[in-house]
Amino acid sequence: MSMYFTKEHEWVKVEGNLGTVGISDHAAHELGDITFVELPKIGAVVKQFGVLGSIESVKAASDIFAPLSGNVVKVNDALELAPEAVNESAEGAGWMAQIEIANESELKNLMNQEQYNDYLKTL
Amino acid sequence: MDNQLQATPICGRHRALNALMAPFGGWDMPIQYEGIIAEHSWCRTSSSLFDICHMGEFIFQGDFEAGGLEDVFTFSVKTIPLGRSRYGFLLNEQGGIIDDLIVFRLAEDKVMIVVNAATAPKDFAAIKGRLRGGVFTDITAATGKLDLQGPLSRYVMVELLGEEVATIPYFKFITMNILGVEAIVSRTGYTGELGYEIFIPTEKVCELWDLLLTDERVKPAGLGARDVLRLEVGYSLYGSDIDEETTPLEAGLEGFVNFDTSFVGRDALLRLKDQGVTRKKVAFEVAGRRSPRHHYDLCSGGEVVGNVTSGVFSPMLGKGIGIGFIKPELTAIGTPLTISHERVSMEATVCELPFFKDGSVRA
Repeated sequence: MSMYFTKEHEWVKVEGNLGTVGISDHAAHELGDITFVELPKIGAVVKQFGVLGSIESVKAASDIFAPLSGNVVKVNDALELAPEAVNESAEGAGWMAQIEIANESELKNLMNQEQYNDYLKTL
Repeated sequence: MDNQLQATPICGRHRALNALMAPFGGWDMPIQYEGIIAEHSWCRTSSSLFDICHMGEFIFQGDFEAGGLEDVFTFSVKTIPLGRSRYGFLLNEQGGIIDDLIVFRLAEDKVMIVVNAATAPKDFAAIKGRLRGGVFTDITAATGKLDLQGPLSRYVMVELLGEEVATIPYFKFITMNILGVEAIVSRTGYTGELGYEIFIPTEKVCELWDLLLTDERVKPAGLGARDVLRLEVGYSLYGSDIDEETTPLEAGLEGFVNFDTSFVGRDALLRLKDQGVTRKKVAFEVAGRRSPRHHYDLCSGGEVVGNVTSGVFSPMLGKGIGIGFIKPELTAIGTPLTISHERVSMEATVCELPFFKDGSVRA
């Protein structure tokens, strides 16, 4: 199982043809207290780097972009009532959606953990 | 770091606490320490300490009528009893709000005027331009200001600073000795909770900050929490909800305008009262957790009918709340509105203020 990141601070964990998506610990920390998560609909077709949903904190509202193209097969409903789970565990229990990956070759457009850590140092 | 930004005496302590800092009104201010919601809840249940040294303080000494001060604000200064303060406005000729402020009656011939940080220079110039006598001075640099707010604040103040704090009523203040210097302790604030604003000479403000934090019921809170707290009780924020293009009539703040006094902007307000306003402040609750935000559109029947000036997720209500300006015919309680911005759309309902009604402010 490997984890990949976008420059917009989304992550995707790839297991077989499924990708679990969320925002990074760094992004959650930057947003501060998260108060609302807009999840995609199950069955939605998303494109790599297209809008997947949105997230709001006390400070700001921002879009969440899909790290990979595919079909949304599962969403984390628990976030509707408890979006603070994203602050508590952005890269775990705070996952947002699971995508059936359409094209695995798109992974080349993402960063691995080490590259993402380096990227964070440049910000 | 922006060299133009001013720093309060407490700034080093904010950094040591690892606060998130940001520019506000020309000052480098703490937005949050541990987190906006945690700081908000602490203030609603215990006691929170805010660094408010950025706000401006002016002193006028002289004859209020002969000196012209009586005609400067939307209220009478000479009728403020000694030891009391009054909230109101400094208006321009068109009735637009140059600033909202509080005047403290310090002595028979002396008041302190407390103004917003960002507007302090223009306030000073506007007031000075309207005076015909007296001595008018800007004491901002020499004055430190800390706010202690929250239901347990009275116990903290009494234990750390003295018994005389116990009986100060809402919108009254006392002068007392704190850390060997003369300070003003006022039962006012911006949170909807029981609390105090303390004015103390700048050189003692860090020592007072440290002293108040020795009490375990007290934690520091930043401007992020302060904004959520004030919006939950419906207080206006200058620069967001009110400005020079907005009159107190539109902003639902006519109660702070005394038409029996003469002040700059009075004629314009009377004309506007006669004609009727074309937009009016409205408060609304969102169905759900989304936050309305400054500049989002307020829509009705598919048309844009106004705009949001302040909005936030209310931790007390568990939903989005906001205030904005809208056509007067759409301000009735219960009117449905749609709030819209780019991809974002949310349903809301006009409601009364305050959103949060159970604060300890008058306790």
